[in-house]
Order: sequence, then structure tokens, then C-alpha cells
Amino acid sequence: MKTLNILRSAFRALRRNKMRSFLTMLGIIIGVAAVIAMLAIGQGAEYSVKQQIASLGTNVLIVFPGSQQQGGIRVGAGSMTTLTEADAAAIEKECPAVAYVSPGARSGGQAVAGNLNWGTSIEGTGANYLEIRKWTIEYGEFYSEQDVKGAAKVCVLGQTVADNLFPESSPVGQTIRLRNMPAKVIGVLSKKGQNAMGQDQDDIILAPYTTVLRRLSHFPYLRQITVSATSPTSIAEAERQIRELLRMRHKIESYEQDDFTIRNQSDLAETATATTEILTILLASIAGVSLLVGGIGIMNIMLVSVTERTREIGIRMSVGARGRDILSQFLIEALVLSLLGGILGIALGVGGSLAIAKLAKWPTIVTAFSIILSFGFSIAIGLFFGFYPARKAALLNPIDALRYE
Amino acid sequence: MSALADRGEPQRNGPLIQISHLVKNYQLGEVEVHALRGISLDVQHGEFVAIMGASGSGKSTFMNILGCLDIPTKGTYILEDIDVSKLTRDELAHIRNSKIGFVFQGFNLLSRTSALENVELPLLYCAMTNTERYNRAVSALDKVGLADRVHHFPNQLSGGQQQRVAIARALVNNPSIVLADEPTGNLDSRTSVEVMGIFQELNRQGITIIIVTHEPDIAQFTRRHIVFRDGKVRSDKLNPVPRVASEVLKEMPVIDEEAEE
Repeated sequence: MKTLNILRSAFRALRRNKMRSFLTMLGIIIGVAAVIAMLAIGQGAEYSVKQQIASLGTNVLIVFPGSQQQGGIRVGAGSMTTLTEADAAAIEKECPAVAYVSPGARSGGQAVAGNLNWGTSIEGTGANYLEIRKWTIEYGEFYSEQDVKGAAKVCVLGQTVADNLFPESSPVGQTIRLRNMPAKVIGVLSKKGQNAMGQDQDDIILAPYTTVLRRLSHFPYLRQITVSATSPTSIAEAERQIRELLRMRHKIESYEQDDFTIRNQSDLAETATATTEILTILLASIAGVSLLVGGIGIMNIMLVSVTERTREIGIRMSVGARGRDILSQFLIEALVLSLLGGILGIALGVGGSLAIAKLAKWPTIVTAFSIILSFGFSIAIGLFFGFYPARKAALLNPIDALRYE
Repeated sequence: MSALADRGEPQRNGPLIQISHLVKNYQLGEVEVHALRGISLDVQHGEFVAIMGASGSGKSTFMNILGCLDIPTKGTYILEDIDVSKLTRDELAHIRNSKIGFVFQGFNLLSRTSALENVELPLLYCAMTNTERYNRAVSALDKVGLADRVHHFPNQLSGGQQQRVAIARALVNNPSIVLADEPTGNLDSRTSVEVMGIFQELNRQGITIIIVTHEPDIAQFTRRHIVFRDGKVRSDKLNPVPRVASEVLKEMPVIDEEAEE
């Protein structure tokens, strides 16, 4: 019997029991839709967590000078005078896995504005510091490359500093005094809140590192170099390139230890990614169970259908249908059910995912993989759960099937 | 053109059916039922045979074995030189498809399926183009006088018409033999005669027909009477002057709808 004819008679058989066919398909529809939607939600969650972690600056590497050792007493990280502006420039130029480099300097001190003053830390950075830290300006603007080159007397305030020095007016355009240096406030940073250690990250003043080095701290070495890798996955590569470069520049022999330290936050990123991956798998397995239940529904209905149509099977056998003709007839009916269900389920799943994204403002990502997966799954379920009833039909004895009441 | 000529098979000389020492036992719960206790008989090409007997005489069991729907416990059944008793399930299906047309008492049409598609059913299980299948089904329906009922569903047809659809289905594959198990059992007397008329006409065209019936009146339309009792052949006689259905019909009072109109 030709496949096309079998298909046609399968459709006819399913049309005969429209309601039942639809309800049977509903199991598969819901299962497939759930798998697609759950994968979309899971992957959306993974994406947004990655975004959030990226905004924390997880592809950021910080290079500190090594610790100083004086007669057995080690003073602690950052105490050594090894990192120079030239090192920072070299990293930017020679390490391909590095996107941005911001040399860092620091000076503590009192900031004074009119009759108010506030003690805070003054961080010297490059002009691209905000890109590295994924930070933004709330009002005004950040200092330019030009400002950095010329050690301009400008600064940008963190929210906490701005609130304390200018409780009633806008700080932008005002002049404040940093230690003994007057500096023009050209911008205010957006609020960043506390870091993981509970420190207020908004209690800060940013200024060009050249300004801090030359006009405030009068110290020729860098406190740190903040570097961002081109992507979260290239952190290790960037770290390797920086290490190699600095060892060469600092003329460190192979048996000697580094005179600098490189730190990163990739552990955090890895943990978070692993967590959301587990979440995705969990959601998809729950949805997979409903797909399985849908498959059992198909088997159930096909068994009922075989019993109901025992006489039909007998008639077909009496006019020459072989066991395998009957087998393929019922198998194809089950397949048509699960395939139609799968297609409708994909439509519902994709539509549902888009609706969730729109209504719940939750990012959902429907991937081709999830569609192929659930489509393949529904075919497999049709074959698997259709096989038993179809075989049962195929093995009937013609005379018994004909006599069946 | 006769149905026989269509087939064009070589073995025209030997008997169509050779049956020897056929035994069929059933296991019904604890009891073993001996339905057939050693049947031996031949049927030639072109015969029109009635198998008669009381219920329980084994005639239906015999018919099912002839139709390759059931297999004998012992003995041989040779249909056109093929020893059917040694075939596999699939080979039996092929024999049913190509050599046998079966007509049942209860018509056994697929419900909610048009007359045409019911007749096409056997052709679905052999290689054939859709056009050829359609043409053969229509011509088979034409042979039984239902050319104008091609697209009717079984529930829109009278009992006699349904049985004619079933006969068309049995004919559509140009079988070597048409087997009919109580074909008139569910029909009123006039319709029964009409159906027998169709069988007589087909037999005149050369088709071998075997029917099972317990009504002597019906058997009178055939040319050979085999009577079964307790699983054995009790008598096997020729009927030299069969009744002619078309003549009987003329004498029968018309009692159906047409009279009442």
C-alpha cells in the first residue's frame, strides 16, 4: 500500500473522530509547547544573568604591583613600585585579547565644596574606565582622552559624594577643592550601590589618572591597571598575554616570581552560568515529562482505536492486507497525531515565549535547537507509543478480528 | 469480456480447488471442538456450489478455510496448484488479495466510507495507479447495478444495495473464486433473490462461486449442493435444473416501497 494512500486514510480516520484526535494531540501540543517555552525562558534567564554579570565587569582583570619584601617582612600586595604608565600603554598595544586598559592611581583626601566637605577616595583612571566597569554617567559627561593627556583639573563625582557636597544644587559645572587643587565637576556617575563586601561604590571621586599622579599624590607609579578582556571567555587568554608581556618588560628570569599580581572575577561568572544552565535543564525536564504524558495519551487512544476498529482490521485483512499494512496504517495514524501535535505545539510554544517576553518583560530566547529537539521528540514519541497498538492490530487473526463484536 | 478471460491464468485443466482429509479442531476453553472431521472434495472452474447444513455442521469453518481466513489443523487445501495449507501469513494475505473474493452475511463494509472506496479497498493492497483503481472499482459497481450509487455511504444504502457493494468488492480483483457466507442471511426474500440473480449472472460469465446457506430455497439457484453434517460431507449432488432468479423475480409480488407509493 502506497504511503500517500496510507496517509490519506490516516487523515480520514482522524477526521472521523475530530474531538478525540484533537484532545489526543493536545497532550503533545502542550508537551512540545512547554518544552519550547521552558527552554526559551531558561535560555533567556541564562542570557540575562550573563548580561548582569557582564555589567558587574566580569571580564575585568586588575593588575596590581607585587608585594614588597624587606628583610623577611612582606608589606602586602600593591606596595611595590613596578607598574608604570608605559606598562599600561604596552598592554593596550600588544595584547590582542585585551579590549580596554585604564591605568589607575589613587589619593585619599578631603573634598570641599563651599562650606561642605567630605572625606573620600579619589581614583585616577583612564578615559575609558566607564566602558571597562560598565558604568554610566547620570548627569554631565566623563573626562576625555584630551583631559587625561593634559592632566586636566576636572573630576566626576559618585552619587554619595554628590549628595553630600551638593545636597540642594546640581554639582555639574561647580568647582570643588581636592586637597589643595581646585577641580571642576563635569559629571555625576549613576548609582552603583554596594559591592559584594558591603562597600559603598558610589563614595568615590573619579579624575584623570595623570591629574591624580602629578597634582595630588606626586607618586610616579601606578597603583593598578584595570583591563577588560574582549569577552568573558577570553579572560584566561588576556591574563596569559599580560603576564608574558609584563615578565618580559620587567626582565624577570624564568626562575623568578612575578613582581605583579593579576586578579579576575571569572569564578563568579562561571558559577552563575552553571546555575542558569542547571535551571534550564530542570525546566526542560519538567516539560519533557509532560511530553511523555502526551505520548502515553497517544498510546492510550491508539489502543482504544485498535479495539474499536477490530472489525475494520478484519475486513482489511480479509481483502488482502498483510500484517505490515495494518501496522503501517496505525503507526502512521499515531505519527500524524504526534506530528500535527508537534507542529501546533511549536507554534504555541514560540507564540507563548514571545508573549511571556512581551507581557512579563522576561527575556526569552527560542533557539532552532529547541524547535528541532521538540519536533524530533514528538516524532519519536509517535513512533514509540504508536508501535505497540499498531503491532497489536497487525498480529490479529483475520477470522478473530472479523468475528469481533 | 468475461472475468475469466481477464485473469488469463494457465491451469485451466485441473480442478480449481482440491481438498483432501481436511480437519479443523478448536480449543474452546477446556473442550476441544471437532469442527471438520475429514473433508475431501474438488471444485472445478466455473462451478456454482451451495454448501448447506444445520448450524454447527462446520460449513462456516470450511468456508473460512477456503477463504484463507483460517488454517486447517490437518489435511491439504490446494487452490490453483498452490498448497495453501503450507503458506505464511503474508502469503495467505496475498492469496486473499489476488485469488479470493469474500462476501459476508453482515456485508462487512467500512462505515462512513463511500461505496467506491469500499470497493477500492482490495486494490489498495496491490500495486496499481489511482486511475486504474478508480476505473476498476467503478466497473465492478456497474456490474452489480450500482453505478449510480458510487458516492453513497453504507448507511445511505438498503441492505440489498450494501450486499451488492460487498459483491462488487469481492469481484474487483478478478478473483479465481467468489466465496459467500450466508449472503442472503440478512436480506428479505425479494432482495435475496435479486442477490442470487447477480451471482447467477456472474457465474454465467465464468466466475466460480461457492455460497454457504441454510435455506434450501436459496440453494435452488445453484448447480451443485454439498450438505455438511457434524463436520463431514453427508451428500454431494448436482442440481441439474437450477431456478433462474430473473424468472422467479417476475413472479414475486412487489411488496416494497414502490408498491406503497
